[in-house]
Amino acid sequence: MIFLTRRATFSASHYYWNNSWSTEKNEHVFGRCANRNGHGHNYTLEVTVAGEPDAVTGFVIDLKGLKDVMEREVLSAYDHKHLNLDVPEFKHANPTTENIAIAAWNRLEPAVNAAGAARLSRIRVYETPEIFAEYRGEA
Amino acid sequence: MKAYFGRRYMISASHRLHTPALSAEANSAAYGKCNNEYGHGHNYFLEVMVGGPVDEETGMVMDLVELDGIVGAHVIDRFDHANLNLDPLFADRVPTTENFCTTVFDVLQQSLPAGRLEHVRVEETENNFFECSSRG
Repeated sequence: MIFLTRRATFSASHYYWNNSWSTEKNEHVFGRCANRNGHGHNYTLEVTVAGEPDAVTGFVIDLKGLKDVMEREVLSAYDHKHLNLDVPEFKHANPTTENIAIAAWNRLEPAVNAAGAARLSRIRVYETPEIFAEYRGEA
Repeated sequence: MKAYFGRRYMISASHRLHTPALSAEANSAAYGKCNNEYGHGHNYFLEVMVGGPVDEETGMVMDLVELDGIVGAHVIDRFDHANLNLDPLFADRVPTTENFCTTVFDVLQQSLPAGRLEHVRVEETENNFFECSSRG
């Protein structure tokens, strides 16, 4: 089994807020991230697929195809956007790094798995070089 | 839904690779320049990954401030700007980065909420790193 990873970057703004909580509780739990005017990051998205190299091409997955899928399914929706206001899955779920990793998985899995025998294995999202989250498709 | 949250920290520390179980010549052969009598130092990068269900109210696996507090109190404060050889945890073990990695893992497993620690990675330089995980 080979694990192949492709990396891409996107820049987006967000804030953390739970509508069922008071302003005081939101500010206490989320700190500076609760500023309703938002703030932004340069995110790095790492998409890892797993599979065996094709006997003819030697590819686990066509990297150009993977790049196109990432662009179409994730980057076009997230890059230079306000995640809370522009992206449907974050209307009611906080755009934390964890939830972005899960949402990117949900956006990518059908197209990645339809491309061939390789399977989506892991999504890692860096919010900053020091903060990252992963989702591996686990329940 | 289980997800993972990771955080990267830096620790500057010194160490000397030397074991009393070997002769001076054998230590020099085994550890090379890392056996230098007065030690040397690194900027270690430490990655700590925790795992667990994503809290529906916060969207978080673990609060970053809580993780920073625990890693800070139990690992950064203990090892940053320190001589690893002089820490009691290395009284009987050579502070190779393998041993440092497992030591950090053990310290954090005891100080983080039960079952949350997934993975520790320690980068000694840009070109070498060591990992250990809860899978053993």
